[in-house]
Amino acid sequence: MAVMTYREALNLALREEMKRDDRVFVIGEEVGLYEGAYKVTQGLLKEFGPQRIVDTPIAESGFTGVGIGAAMTGLRPVVEMMTFNFALLALDQIVNSAAKMNYMSGGQFNVPIVIRGPGGPAHQLAAQHSQSMEVYFYHVPGLKVVRPSTPADAKGLLKSAIRDDNPVIFIESETLYAVKGEVSEDPDFLVPLGQAVVRREGTDVTVIAYMGMMYRALEAADEVAKDGISVEVVDPRTLQPLDAATILASVRKTHRAVVIEAGAGFAGMGSELSAVITEQAFDDLDAPVERVTGVPAPMPYARNLERAKTPNKERIVDAIRRICNVNGS
Amino acid sequence: MAQKTSAQQKGAAPAGIDAGLARALYNDMVLIRRFEEKAAEAYALGKIGGFLHLYIGEEAVGVGATSTLRPDDYAISAYREHGHCLAKGSDPRRAMAELFGRIDGLCKGKGGSMHLFDKSVNFLGGHAIVGAHLPLATGVAFGIKYRGTDQVIVCYFGDGAVPEGEFHESLNLASLWKLPVVYICENNRYAMGTSLERALAQTEIWKFGQAYNMPCEAVDGMDVLAVRDVVARAVGRARTDKTPTLIEARTYRFRGHSMRDPAGAVYRTKDEVEREKLRDPIVLFRDRALKAGWLTEEDARKIEKDVHDLVDEAVAFAEASPEPPASELLTDIFKES
Ligand SMILES: Cc1ncc(C[n+]2csc(CCOP(=O)(O)OP(=O)(O)O)c2C)c(N)n1
Ligand SMILES: [Mg+2]
Repeated sequence: MAVMTYREALNLALREEMKRDDRVFVIGEEVGLYEGAYKVTQGLLKEFGPQRIVDTPIAESGFTGVGIGAAMTGLRPVVEMMTFNFALLALDQIVNSAAKMNYMSGGQFNVPIVIRGPGGPAHQLAAQHSQSMEVYFYHVPGLKVVRPSTPADAKGLLKSAIRDDNPVIFIESETLYAVKGEVSEDPDFLVPLGQAVVRREGTDVTVIAYMGMMYRALEAADEVAKDGISVEVVDPRTLQPLDAATILASVRKTHRAVVIEAGAGFAGMGSELSAVITEQAFDDLDAPVERVTGVPAPMPYARNLERAKTPNKERIVDAIRRICNVNGS
Repeated sequence: MAQKTSAQQKGAAPAGIDAGLARALYNDMVLIRRFEEKAAEAYALGKIGGFLHLYIGEEAVGVGATSTLRPDDYAISAYREHGHCLAKGSDPRRAMAELFGRIDGLCKGKGGSMHLFDKSVNFLGGHAIVGAHLPLATGVAFGIKYRGTDQVIVCYFGDGAVPEGEFHESLNLASLWKLPVVYICENNRYAMGTSLERALAQTEIWKFGQAYNMPCEAVDGMDVLAVRDVVARAVGRARTDKTPTLIEARTYRFRGHSMRDPAGAVYRTKDEVEREKLRDPIVLFRDRALKAGWLTEEDARKIEKDVHDLVDEAVAFAEASPEPPASELLTDIFKES
């Protein structure tokens, strides 16, 4: 175990997997010489050389397709999106090529590719550089979607994603790269895809949240503990496949669920989680599922408006109190 | 017995042409023509659904190009790909069964006419988003170079892909990184109903290769030997020094865009179609082969008869093959490790 940043944990995962398997390579804009727009690939060019750390021109659809073609014929590319916002230029390749290849070909051509980079709300990056991107991907059969909240998960999940035989969308966050935590240095340490984790145990209400929202949920849990409310926080970690079992087990214990989503809400992850809980644990619920979501607006630049756009601790606290019938002081 | 087409294996010596090669080229072109005619019949009978795009008229391109390849080379194409797939050596019975949506199809009936894939002959599909498979081809070439083998990939696409960004992104990357890919534009002068002139500021498609600093040339796509010559040189460059090439093969589709455009006549004149049919690549090559003495009339007749039998057998095979079981709906979404 060592304490390291989320960014260093990703870097270590890449380094370990590249050492372990010479079919693994990294491709994207500024991943080599520049060492990554967010420095996730720092030092890799020096260690692995330009054949395996491949700088590309600005051509997201082109180099994503290159990754998919290479994956179809036996390599294991890790494609970096400088930010996931730019993945929209490669959305056709991801949806129509990567996700469907194994199915269309009757199982002949699988696509073991990881497409990774930061996405979601950040710090005043404004409308085109900060938005929740997972929603574009988890709807598509054939894609796995990962949102790692902690340094340990960043490492363990990225390693699992690289070893997976299918396309994995791996969305990090600009706001988490500097977060520090304990991370295993064991090269065999993996966090399996499709396993949620209970971040904090509690008995009165389950809050489901990931990435920055997971941290806000933990802060909210501390706050309402003062009122005597015991909050259990569940982090799904992988959105597709979703570990419904862990989420439902928690809800069956607490009988209440609050789902948090940074994105705009309408037909979002919160809607899906709410549907899963309502359909499968209705009889266990003491109250309707509460959703706390982002405001349905593009991301504004102004600091005050940006804060208002994304759920914060206060809104989560309010939702917890509402569902537990406790009035705030 | 499925007959594997043989032009591909004959591909070693592009310069000379002998009876064996002539037979293979003729066989493959006739096979594709007959396969498509029978597919059209089956479509009319409702046995094939969806979109069906026939390769009739364009056979010389796929057959000439494939005749320069080794079996371990790759090919990838768009949705008008039956010919490329058969030329690469796929079993016509399994290709037909795929069109019929049956379990013995190349992709267990889950791909269909536009998505033929055959790993056993390194045929990488059948892709129906115009332009989208050019980056894939580029990536396969990247992989070849990464692994250090001397394989190549040929990538077929229509003139309709040229105005797409992915054409330009791919040529730039392949030339920048020196990748062993041969881009073959099958310029049949129309993308559905849009003629070249209505789509491209530069209608000499081969010239885009100059912009991307790669060897490029145009070739008469109705002449199987001319195609073979040009592609052989490109494949040689790709194999020996990882140089990509853009080839514009000038061809023509005799039928409509798909079976839903049977006449193919609102956007082009009947005269034009009739004039182009005079340059039928199969007729041209047959005449030439007879004159040169590569084939006798009996050889040609025998090939035609054998191919007809083979395609009849393919249709019977497809018809006899069961529909995929319901369980197939949920398999292959992910590869289970
Ligand atoms: C991205 C995209 N846009 C539009 C279409 C609809 N479409 C299918 S085929 C076609 C024409 C393509 O023509 P071309 O590339 O010349 O190939 P050809 O049919 O002549 O072989 C069009 C517009 C599509 N499949 N994909
Ligand atoms: Mg065309």
